[in-house]
Amino acid sequence: MYDYDTTNKQASGEWLLDSNLHAEKKLKHSMRDRVVLFATLLLFWLMLNGTLALDSLIIGALVSFSITLLFCSGLSFFTEFRATPQAFAAGIFYYIYFFKELIKSNFKLAAIVLNPSLPIKPGIVKVRTKLKSKMGRLMLANSITLTPGTLTMEIDGEWIYVHCVTVESTDIDEATAKIVAGFESYLEVMYG
Amino acid sequence: MAETFITFATILSGIAFLLALGRFLKGPSTVDRVIAFDVLTVISITFIVLSALIEERGIYLDVALVYALLSFLGVIAIARYLEGRF
Amino acid sequence: MESAMDFMGGFLLLAGASFLLFGGLGLLRMPDLYNRIQAGTKTTTLGTILVLAGAAFLHPEWGLKLLLIGLFLLFTNPLSSQVLARAAHRGGIEKTPETMVDKLAEDFPESIAKSTTSISSSSNKIGDKS
Repeated sequence: MYDYDTTNKQASGEWLLDSNLHAEKKLKHSMRDRVVLFATLLLFWLMLNGTLALDSLIIGALVSFSITLLFCSGLSFFTEFRATPQAFAAGIFYYIYFFKELIKSNFKLAAIVLNPSLPIKPGIVKVRTKLKSKMGRLMLANSITLTPGTLTMEIDGEWIYVHCVTVESTDIDEATAKIVAGFESYLEVMYG
Repeated sequence: MAETFITFATILSGIAFLLALGRFLKGPSTVDRVIAFDVLTVISITFIVLSALIEERGIYLDVALVYALLSFLGVIAIARYLEGRF
Repeated sequence: MESAMDFMGGFLLLAGASFLLFGGLGLLRMPDLYNRIQAGTKTTTLGTILVLAGAAFLHPEWGLKLLLIGLFLLFTNPLSSQVLARAAHRGGIEKTPETMVDKLAEDFPESIAKSTTSISSSSNKIGDKS
């Protein structure tokens, strides 16, 4: 992608300026990713140890730092997270909504399983998402999997293929409104 | 009182374990067995937590965490293998 | 206070274990692989999280580690079932005849293994009728 860009710019004579800009942007981005990865790893270490003693803190920082140096492209929960107050509020509401849906989905599934006639009407439908970021799409896919009667099977760009236990509509827009819209409104604020 | 609850929870998850084991033995396809295996590992994590409660030893929870990690990696590896994309 | 915590913890343990039981039952009863995955993944995720929450009520000092296990399961459990479902679909595992529509097979017929062309075409016909 970048290669194509630079060759174009080379032809039009703006190459030097633009490639510098690109490099700066890329560096800044990876810097933020690294800091986020380091913080996540350190938090994981501290939760695992359950203590704030100095020696375990130093070892944790050392190990997290070396992992951060080795694997710069790691994906973590806060990658691409928009650190605005609205995003944090949306995050809290997202988890409340998420757990509500998870519990609902379990009761629905229990009702289906306990019913002797097994009332299912399965099918794979296609829905569209507005989310652009990698992490946002991953969270959306996970949420869809854990909500009533739906299972993400494949993501292809903006299209998500969802297996449903009971198909309510095969139309793309209707299915999107039913399956995706609830989570998307929160995730859009959180990750974009 | 808590002991009674723990005992009942252990019995219920034991039945769940047997049901999942039934699917594991029945198959019919490889993916069926893998998904049954995945469910079995998650139920085993519950067992580990319950045994930590019975024995009152928090160190067992580390075992549960590592077990969860390994089972996730195992299932992902098997799935990638089945897709033929190694 | 102490006994209230105990009661709450015990109740959560029982609720979690019964969801696990429904999951096992669903795994055994559902007619095809994709529905089994659905039954397996949802119930075990909530069931285990409820058991972990119950354990946290009984032993508050374990809370942090239990939270870590719960978060880990919450993220990895759906992921592994998604990957398995995709692998099964690409491998051409049979769907139950009740399946109404399969948009994935319609859009990516070339990615599905050869042996299943008859299966996917029959499910298309069912989809057209309804």
